[in-house]
Formats: sequence, C-alpha cells, structure tokens
Amino acid sequence: MSAIPSTASEIAAAVIAKRITARAVIDDYLSRIDARESEIHAFNLVMAQEARAQADAIDADIAAGRQVGPLAGVPIAIKDNMCTHGVETTCSSKILEGWKPPYDATVITRLRTAGAVIIGKTNMDEFAMGSSTENSAFGSTRNPCDISRVPGGSSGGSAAAVAAGFSPVSLGSDTGGSIRQPAALCGVVGVKPTYGVVSRYGLVAYASSLDQIGPFATTVADAALLTEVIGGHDPMDSTSIPLASPSLLPSVSQGVAGMRIGRVTDLPAGAEPAVEERLDRAFAALETAGATIVDITLPSLSYALTAYYLIAPAEASSNLARFDGVRFGLRVNAADTNSMYGATRAAGFGDEVKRRIMLGTYALSAGYYDAYYGKALKVRRLIAQDFERAYEQVDAILTPTSPVVAFKFGDKVDDPMSMYLCDIYTIPTNLAGHPAMSVPFGTGAHGLPVGIQVLAPALGEQAMFRVGGALEVAAGGAQ
Amino acid sequence: MSDSPLSSIVATEDQMLEGGWELIVGLEVHVELATRTKLFSGSPNRFGDEPNINIDPVTLGLPGALPVLNRQAVELAMRIGVALNCTIQPCIFHRKNYFYPDMPKAYQISQYDIPLNIDGFLELPSGTTIGVERAHLEEDTGKSTHVGGATGRIHGSDYSLIDFNRAGVPLVEIVSRPDIRTSEHAREYVSELRAILEVIGASDAKMEEGSMRVDANVSVHKPGTPFGTRCEIKNVNSIRALGRAIDYEARRQIDVLDTGGVIRQETRHWDDAEGRTHTLRVKEDADDYRYFPEPDLVPVAPDDAWVQAVRDNLPMLPAARRSALSALTGYDTRSEAIIVVVERAQHDYVQAVADAGGDAVRALIYVQQAFADAGPMPAVPAKDLAALTILERDGKLSATQAKTVLSELVENGGGDAAAIAAAKGFEAMDNSAVEAMVDEAIAADPDAWAKYCAGEEKAAGAIVGRVMKASKGKADGKVVSAIMQSRRGS
Repeated sequence: MSAIPSTASEIAAAVIAKRITARAVIDDYLSRIDARESEIHAFNLVMAQEARAQADAIDADIAAGRQVGPLAGVPIAIKDNMCTHGVETTCSSKILEGWKPPYDATVITRLRTAGAVIIGKTNMDEFAMGSSTENSAFGSTRNPCDISRVPGGSSGGSAAAVAAGFSPVSLGSDTGGSIRQPAALCGVVGVKPTYGVVSRYGLVAYASSLDQIGPFATTVADAALLTEVIGGHDPMDSTSIPLASPSLLPSVSQGVAGMRIGRVTDLPAGAEPAVEERLDRAFAALETAGATIVDITLPSLSYALTAYYLIAPAEASSNLARFDGVRFGLRVNAADTNSMYGATRAAGFGDEVKRRIMLGTYALSAGYYDAYYGKALKVRRLIAQDFERAYEQVDAILTPTSPVVAFKFGDKVDDPMSMYLCDIYTIPTNLAGHPAMSVPFGTGAHGLPVGIQVLAPALGEQAMFRVGGALEVAAGGAQ
Repeated sequence: MSDSPLSSIVATEDQMLEGGWELIVGLEVHVELATRTKLFSGSPNRFGDEPNINIDPVTLGLPGALPVLNRQAVELAMRIGVALNCTIQPCIFHRKNYFYPDMPKAYQISQYDIPLNIDGFLELPSGTTIGVERAHLEEDTGKSTHVGGATGRIHGSDYSLIDFNRAGVPLVEIVSRPDIRTSEHAREYVSELRAILEVIGASDAKMEEGSMRVDANVSVHKPGTPFGTRCEIKNVNSIRALGRAIDYEARRQIDVLDTGGVIRQETRHWDDAEGRTHTLRVKEDADDYRYFPEPDLVPVAPDDAWVQAVRDNLPMLPAARRSALSALTGYDTRSEAIIVVVERAQHDYVQAVADAGGDAVRALIYVQQAFADAGPMPAVPAKDLAALTILERDGKLSATQAKTVLSELVENGGGDAAAIAAAKGFEAMDNSAVEAMVDEAIAADPDAWAKYCAGEEKAAGAIVGRVMKASKGKADGKVVSAIMQSRRGS
C-alpha cells in the first residue's frame, strides 16, 4: 500500500487502480480528525461508522469488478445545511438540533453515486447567516492557519476541514460569499457555480434566489471535478438550469492566452493594502501568461450590499417561518399555539438569525415593500446589467475575495455592519446569479492567506476555471 | 379577448331590497382540482384516505424541500379560464406568509398580482352576465381538528390534530366581480359554476366534501351612492345556505344602517343552525401577508399552442348544451325542463333519444320527470325511450298510459314499450270508438252537457269521466276534449 494522496482525483485514481483501499483512505482521514478536531471544531458530526461502512462497500464493489464513480473512496465533508437521510442536519441551530431528514439532498445522492464517502457534517454560521462561523449554536470553528482567528463563514467548517486536511474536499453553500470568503481566509479553493447549475433540492434555504452549493478543495482541478459531479439539471429544483453538467477539468490546464480579464476601476474601496498588492500581482501573472487586462466599471456595485441585506433577509424571513415547532425540530410548549410559536423561535434561533428575520419581515411589510424590497430588486437588475455590459468587453473579472485576511474571534461579531462588509466583493455575483471562485494567492498581513476572486458571466464556468487554473500555477511560482 | 358588459350593473326594480337598498355581492369560490397528484409534489391528491398518508417532504414543508409545479394542474386551471371566458396570461407565483399549524411552510404558494386567468365572465341561465375578475392557482392547507373546548375552533381547544393529506392539493380561486344583485343570482352563479367545473372535468365541485368552498362579500347601498362597506361571509356549505346567508347579512346590514349605525369591514361566520352570521375577525386584526414572488418557482407562460389545445378540447359547456336542447325541442333555454336536464348532464341522452327517431319534446319531459336519479346516461336504452315517445305522439297511447309504461321502463332499465303497453291491455283506440263513447256520455248526462255548451268548462269533467270509465282509461283525454269541442261547435 502506498501513502494516502492529498487530492480527490489522486485518491480516486489510486482506489480504482487498487493501489490503496477506500477503507485505508477513510481511516487515514479519520485519524487526522481525531488528532486535531478538538482544536479546530470543523464538524458538528463526524460520521466515522457510516464512512467506514461506505468505504468498505466501495472496496467490495472494486474487488468484485463493479463500475465505481469518479470520486471512488474520496472522503468529503458536508456543510450541515444539506439534508442527509437519517443523519442529523442542524444548520448549527438549536431549533433543528436532533432533526434527521427522511431524504437525501440531490447533491448527496450524486456524491454517493460518484463513490464519495461522506465523512461528516460541518459547522457553520446558524442558517448560513454570518461571515465567521461565530454564529453557530454549537461553538465557533477555528482557522487551521491560526487558531486564534476565524475561518470565515458561513461555510467555515467546510473550509477549515479542507484546510486542516480532515477531508480533501467538502461542500459549502454560498448566498453572499459563504464559500468564497472562508476559502480565502483558510487558504483553499472555493467555488460558487452559476445559480441553477447545482440543485438546491435538500439544501435548507437561507435566501432561495441567491443560495448555491459549491465545493471546497485544495486544488483548482479538484474543485472542477466536484463541480462536474454535483452539477447538472435536477427536475426536483424548478430553478435548476436544464443543461447537463459542464465539462470543466480540461479548462483548468488550458491557460489564459488570449483571454480578456477585467479590472474594476470603481470597485468599492476598503481592502487591506496587502490584499490590493496580491490582486496587482495576480493581474501581472495573468498578463504574463498571455491574457489582456481591460479596465471596466461596475457603477451599481456600491449598492450591492444594501440590496443584499434587504433581499436575503426578506427571503429568509419567509424560509425560516417553517421552524414553528409544529412538525419537526425544537418545540417549547406554551399556553396556546401563538405563544408556542414565540417561545420555540425565541429559544431556537440565535441573535443574528432573529436580526435578519426582523429585517426581512419589515422589508416585506405592507407599506414598506416598494421602498425596500421592491427597490432592492431594481438594484439587483442594475447590477446584472452592469455585469452584462462588462462581459461584452471581458471574459472574466478579478477582484479580491475578502477585503481582509482572517480576523480574530470577537473582532466583528458584535458589530454587524463591519461583519457584513466582509462580503462586499462576493455579494454582487450572487445578486447577478453568476459563477465565481476564490483561489489562494499568497499571503497578506500576519502571513495569512489571501484569496483572489475570479468572476465570470452566467454559465461561464469554463472561462472561470481557465483563470483559476492559471492563478494556481502562478501562485505556486510566486510563493 | 373578452369584452363583458360589466361596467355598472344596476338592480332592476324588482331586485331592489325594501327601503330602496341595493344588494351588492361578489363571490370567491375555491375549487380543488381533480389532478392525480398535488400541486407541487408527487403525492396523491385523494379525498377520504387515512390521515397523513399522502405526504412527502414537500407537502410537510420539510427543510430543503422544493416545489415543482404540476403541469396537469395548470392545464385544468387553464380549462377553467377558457370556460369562464378569461384571458390566459403568463403568470408568476407569490408567497402568502402567515402562521397556522396546518400550513406546513408557514406560507401558502398562491398567485397575487399576476394570476393565470383574468377578465372573464359567466352568463347565468337566467340571462345575467357576472364578471369574473380572476381565477388563480394556489395550494390548499392541511386540515385541523380541534379537540376539546366548546366551539370546535382552535381557541379554547385542548389539542389539535392535523391531517396533511389535503396540504398541497391544487386549488383554483375564482373571484367574481361585485356584479351580483340578488341572493337568487348568487345561488344561480354557484350552481352554474359547479356545472361548468364538472363538465370540463376540472373538479368534482362538492360543497359538502369541501372540494368547492364559497365565501360571499356582501354589502348594501342606495343606488347612485358609492358601494357600502362589505363583510365577508365564510362557512357557507351549500347553495341553499349561501342564499340564506346573503339574505340574512343584507337584512342585518340594513338594520344597522337604518338605525344610524356603521358597518365595520369584517369577516363573519355563517351559522346554518342559528340562521345568522357573527363576527369572526375585524379588519384591524387582519394579517399582513407580506406577499413576495416565490423564488423557488419560475414564471409560467403557457404558449399559444397549449392554450389553443385547451380551447379545442373543451367539452360543450352548460350554456351551449341549453341552447342545443332549445334548438332540438323549441323550448326556451331558461325553461325549467332544459335547466334541470342540463344540470343533470342528461342533454346527450335526450339528443340520443331524438337521434333514435324519438320525439324530442316528449323525450325532454320524460327525462326531466322520470330520470332525476338516473345520472348522465340512464340505463334505459335511448331507442326504447324513443319508441315510447312515438307511441304517445301517434296517439297509440294516452299520456296517462305512456306514463305507466315509462315507470315500467325505468324500473326494468329498458324494454319494448309496445310490448309493455300490450301486456297492460293498452291497445290503441280508434277515434270513431271514442266518438261513440262521447255521444253515449252526452246522452247519459244532458244536464252536464248543457252547462258545458253554455260555457261552463268545469262541466266537461263529468262527460270526460264517463268516457274514461267506459274506455277503462284507454281513451286519450286530449282526443276526448277535441271531440267534445267539435260537438259543441267551439
């Protein structure tokens, strides 16, 4: 038996070629979790027993000569807002503590079919609301690069699991940056595909028109492989795009010669100098690799954060209404039904969730709808139009992923506005429904990772992965 | 496409309420669609099953579940739109947010400002046209049973049981314009609507089972002044109750206004046993439903080919059936016989009897009188009934004899009318024999005959009675009358 490889594609290749067993792979990753999970707290639940059984089943398939999928034996960690049949799915909320869904999310079904082994459910900001994973009802996750700092959020557990080597790949969900920002802060690759490429069936909704599932990985190629596996039309999700999953792996190594890359000249300011410096280096690297840098403007971008904090809470206020204590999850009994609703939701939801439910309820209220929600939808259209105009001139756009590197626990958690600003560069693509990814590109302050964000037009995943692949190569050279 | 004459319908004088008040009614009718599965999931849409059998993650609003629109539901809703002369338009769904235990997601997926069907109308059999503002798709809630407490309502109950079988069942809400001016018209509207829904296969439309639910918006005003404040009446569970509830509510409002009071906008509950309405909730307590576009669904834009296919495949509607029967029989479309026969969907049967060579008018009357419980396709073969109508038309059987044979046919589910008549000894009588009997009767009762000749029509009875007795009931009363009239010289 050879040593356990570190990437998904190598693991699958080795398992399929019988150089190693899926069981050996999973045992190895479980031992890494054993060694360091108490320090990191990436997981709400480690599924050791189920994972070993699943790995054994894959080994049996291979031994029997049966066909196995492209992720055969690859451990994967799943954000705890994706439904796993019979396995607790909590959204890191007390209101769902102990709830075991009677069905699998579509992405889970596709992963299982591909031979991936689900190793655990990862910690997150409650209901995906937050940028630090400090809003989890079950305690914060620590950044493996510096355990005094946050991993970002809301998919902080999934980012930390990959960064800590607990799992070669993981899934997160991204509503305003919840994959890309923690990827940047933990120094891993994170992808938010085009809205509708990956099915949302079984993803516990935060803001339905913005939520999208995507992968974390240590390499751009693994992220492409994962996106291929989980992408493609799903009849169970009406907003799923009726197209087969895109072929992405070839794009990763295609290079950027001849591509036009946009530099946003009116990007909202606020990034740390070291982050700006990394962005300049990224442009220079792409230019060296044969791309042309084109200056573009996105004038509506400065309104994106405001629009997001009306649209997302509005949808959330409705999506989270079902947590009423009637059919599942927490119930706090009271004298009558209305009091039971109030008591259950008061005890079950954390402060940030309550804040957004109230914001959203207000934004949708009679007499305020036009001024808030209606206007936010108009801004959303303007932003989409800005991007459309820009993509007439360029194939992809580069920005920082996060204005800052990983920050200390408690730095922002009591100041919602400063926390919300973490997502200033990631939110616009969610509003437009476009794909975007974060690629690690060296380090900034305190030697902490900096992520560069690649944006592309709707269904422009191939262009995005070409740029992502080139940045990865350049980063390797630069470090 | 529809240009219904709706602008300002004013009650005719005989429709006005006493004291110069005019009644204004608009109806909101919810119908459950007769789809195989639910509006947004694959669970069966079936009434009467054991509780909580027809459920799934979508029906229960489990976290992560997503709705997928049922194409058959859209098609049935479009049929309703076409049948009600609506414009079918590209539409979207909204969420209507409110908490209630039998509402799984704490929001109802419904249609708000851009519904599927708009601007239609329904023509009442009596001739009045009632505007239809919209007919939109939405999902039904589950069904709560509140146990304990005096009222059977959630307030004051010990606990509640919820059956989610009904949750997610497709509904179409049909909203009329406030064009209804009498409780009779309201009843007629619902009855005609129900007939249409049954005919087009959109719903079984049973008010008793709740697959058709009617809420009435009732107000009164003096003509020439703005409409009065309206009250919405709920819990109206039959067409008869609808008429009673509207009449009661109008009376109540007039009493309030006549004594200087003010009508509050409110929802009122009809108590059929007490025969009165009482306040359920006033408008100030009304929920703010925070409608917003449903982000889990995409717009629905039925293309022209689909709309045309629905139009082309629509069966003949009740109004057209009445016209057809009118053309067949010469009876007015508003005649009771035609309305009743069409309501029972027995028009095809009448046509079949006519096609089998029968007399159409007699067929219509026979069906109206003898086939009340026979359903759309009575067991008696059309040709058997046709034979009977011919025997009567040709004077081979009297009306009375024909009726006797008809009951026999109904009882046996068919048979040879001539053979039944023969077996009962109903042989035809020729007119000369009847003439002789009339002459004998005149001779036997000259007093009666003199009175009859003097214009006292009632006196004819004595003569006719003698003829009937002599013929053992076989003489045709009409023939007897005709002979008597010719003898009298009138």
